[in-house]
Amino acid sequence: MSTGYKGITPMPKPRTALTNLHDLSADFLSLTPVQKIGVAMQELLIEKGIVTPDELSQSINLIDMVTPAQGSRVVARAWVDASFKERLLTDAVAACLELQIDIRPIHLIVIENTSKIHNVIVCTLCSCYPRMLLGLPPDWYKSSAYRARVIHEPRTVLREFGTHLKEHAQITVHDSTADMRYMVLPIRPDNTDNMKEDELAELVTRDCMIGVKIPQLPSGFPPPDVDRFSDS
Amino acid sequence: MNARPKFNKGDRVIVRMLSPQPHTRTPAYLHGKPGVIERFCGAFENPEERAIGKSGFPLILLYRVRFFGSVLFSINKTCEADIVEVEIYEHWLQGDNSYAKT
Amino acid sequence: MSSSAIGPHDLAGTLTDSINTKERKLDLWEKRIDAIYKLLSDDKRSHINIHEFRYAIESLGAEAYTNHNYYERWTLALRNLLIDKNILSELEITQKVQEIEDR
Repeated sequence: MSTGYKGITPMPKPRTALTNLHDLSADFLSLTPVQKIGVAMQELLIEKGIVTPDELSQSINLIDMVTPAQGSRVVARAWVDASFKERLLTDAVAACLELQIDIRPIHLIVIENTSKIHNVIVCTLCSCYPRMLLGLPPDWYKSSAYRARVIHEPRTVLREFGTHLKEHAQITVHDSTADMRYMVLPIRPDNTDNMKEDELAELVTRDCMIGVKIPQLPSGFPPPDVDRFSDS
Repeated sequence: MNARPKFNKGDRVIVRMLSPQPHTRTPAYLHGKPGVIERFCGAFENPEERAIGKSGFPLILLYRVRFFGSVLFSINKTCEADIVEVEIYEHWLQGDNSYAKT
Repeated sequence: MSSSAIGPHDLAGTLTDSINTKERKLDLWEKRIDAIYKLLSDDKRSHINIHEFRYAIESLGAEAYTNHNYYERWTLALRNLLIDKNILSELEITQKVQEIEDR
């Protein structure tokens, strides 16, 4: 990066929101034939008044803005408030509304991990996923390999994510085949009694809420001592 | 007015082997397999009809069904999934009377 | 197997490939397709619903899984749906691609 006035490296320019037709089609030359069809459809839909450039820009810009933070908040609240947790497991949509998180019209089921049962989520038929709570699904969740394998070899797949379950741990795999969407409620790690709710939320990653990882304590804390997990 | 659920939590069911549909949400690994109703999920538009331009009404009933993984996937080796839970629409299910209810 | 797959998308138990866990952000062309689907299926427009969209993806056939990635399948499915519903024509799309190339 070139240096600016007095040798100070300029700050990178903030990403400008897409606001005009030129921006909306700016990547055209670098695209494959199929990807170019997308640009053509975009321009035609605008020409025909079916969508407006503003609507497209807004929708595109919104995509990056949804993160797993909402899901993490829900989990952290369930960790500190046992009655909220019960309401969450009974009627997840209503419980989320208590935190001003409105995920309707999504139908959500929250599945609780316990000391004996570990849960993991997949959509074998496509890629159903609670985006409003977890943000964008990662490539791997949508991949053919994950969809084909986790449903019958979850233990092996979890090992590939660095998660090792003990021999006797029961694994339940949930296949999101129809109208429900799922989120795993991970176990609250030990030695977190002194953590505030927002600090607890930071321990809850997207992958913990899909079920391929477990919440990790910040370095310096002793590891969790739960009989589901092996020593390796 | 929606029909009443045919099944209750805990009922044993078998997934039917219906003839191929243009679009369905019951994957092959479930066809013909026995499971247990885990919960009733509610009434929803029929995806098989909505996919081909029909209205999807009347609404159809959806359940979550619990299976032993080894019943679903046991061809080559032990299935690592102890339990598999999936959503299945009522017309894909029939009551399993081959066991006495406990 | 008790039953054959309900389509090329019925993947349970069919592959042994390793899973690529690499993280990345979506490219603009992918967000564009995501946005187009979202807008076409929203309450204001209701031009397509999720079920016919999934069916359109499934109807691309098995080659779509080997030859195209996730959002390319979405692109082709949207294209086919828009043509089937007479919202866009195949000719207009082809001509528009050419027109943009020529700019």
